[in-house]
Amino acid sequence: MTRTTPLWEKPDAIAGVVTYAAGKPSRKDAKTLTDSASSEPNWSDLVIRVRDSQDTDAFALLFNHFAPMVKGFLMKSGADATFAEECAQDVMVTLWQKAAQFDPTRASAATWIFTIARNRRIDMFRRQNRPEPTDLPWGPEPEAEAADALALQQETRKLSAALDALPAKQKDIVKRAFYGELTHAELAEETGLPLGTIKSRIRLALDRLRAAMS
Amino acid sequence: MTTTHHLNEQMLLGYSAGVLPEAFNLVVASHLCLSDDARAMQCCYDALGGAVLNKCEKEKMSLNALSLTLQQIKTCPCDTQAPQICTGIFPEPLQKYVGDKPEALRWRSLGKGVRQAIIPTAKGATVRLLFVPAGQSVPDHGHRGTELTLVLQGVYVDHGNRYGRGDIEIATPKTTHHPIAETGQDCICLTATDAPLRFSRMLHRLLARLLRL
Repeated sequence: MTRTTPLWEKPDAIAGVVTYAAGKPSRKDAKTLTDSASSEPNWSDLVIRVRDSQDTDAFALLFNHFAPMVKGFLMKSGADATFAEECAQDVMVTLWQKAAQFDPTRASAATWIFTIARNRRIDMFRRQNRPEPTDLPWGPEPEAEAADALALQQETRKLSAALDALPAKQKDIVKRAFYGELTHAELAEETGLPLGTIKSRIRLALDRLRAAMS
Repeated sequence: MTTTHHLNEQMLLGYSAGVLPEAFNLVVASHLCLSDDARAMQCCYDALGGAVLNKCEKEKMSLNALSLTLQQIKTCPCDTQAPQICTGIFPEPLQKYVGDKPEALRWRSLGKGVRQAIIPTAKGATVRLLFVPAGQSVPDHGHRGTELTLVLQGVYVDHGNRYGRGDIEIATPKTTHHPIAETGQDCICLTATDAPLRFSRMLHRLLARLLRL
């Protein structure tokens, strides 16, 4: 099925943001917006549009999808509704500010937004610094990026399915760990998740980056 | 005995989930700068976090949340600074704490030329830099908790295993280890442990005494 009206031109999909879009050239290539495998927008492409052209329409779509999810995640992590909402807005602002760091060959949109939400949580609950590894620049070839990004998205979906297939007890431990409910001493030694294939994907992307950097 | 040259799943998951103490985070982040293999593995755990986020029940945002946020981003500039690749023996996350010159640190002698510099971090674990002269052994130390050691310069040998720059050793309370720096180059390590601090042990003893009264 091909989409004839790009999402960002549907008034209901971006209610309230049309004014911000006025006068801004928008790309007409609907293929970049939707993933052929599902009817969902391709979230990674939307982040890339924020990254490459500060596209507020793309941002609004991301906001409508991810902000309520981040709010839910932070409430699971122990925040009350008001505070979680405030933080979810902060997370989306950070997405806008740090979009230059988004590399779709190493993280899906959900993964990247998760890392921002996690850091916000550490900040608000534990008031600690969060040392992070040096950021690496993304690769210079957009075509290689698109193919690698697609492959990574497939691997990410497989990982998500593998998480669903875990025995209830193990799944619960993984979820509670990410909600920040467990201390590191309480974490299980083995989750039994098949991380090998997604890892080799990301490793390949990193090797390309290193080659481009030198 | 559990020793390894890599991070184990517990540490990787803990780092991604954001539940490690700051001292451990510093060692893990520094290790990730030195090993792309570890970095790739870390991305997998972040992807797992992304999957957990994706399965979270959505909570409705207020009606004006989007327009408020759009107003906010109109006034805040995008961060376009290119990442800086650090040089020197200290990885970037560590440089943020101690600068880039080992000689500028306030080292304290532990005897036989071995020196340490404690890096202040939040409670829960402590982290220090350890300087061991070439050929010298690290003073005997037991640990009650988990100890992470990342080699930044030189090589040390422990129970027949060699640990060089970027390698990480995870020691548990059961581990007895006698690391010895190889001859040729002085060894510098970043090491974190979650054993209780002296203060909490004193408090514990005091409480124990009070309870007996």
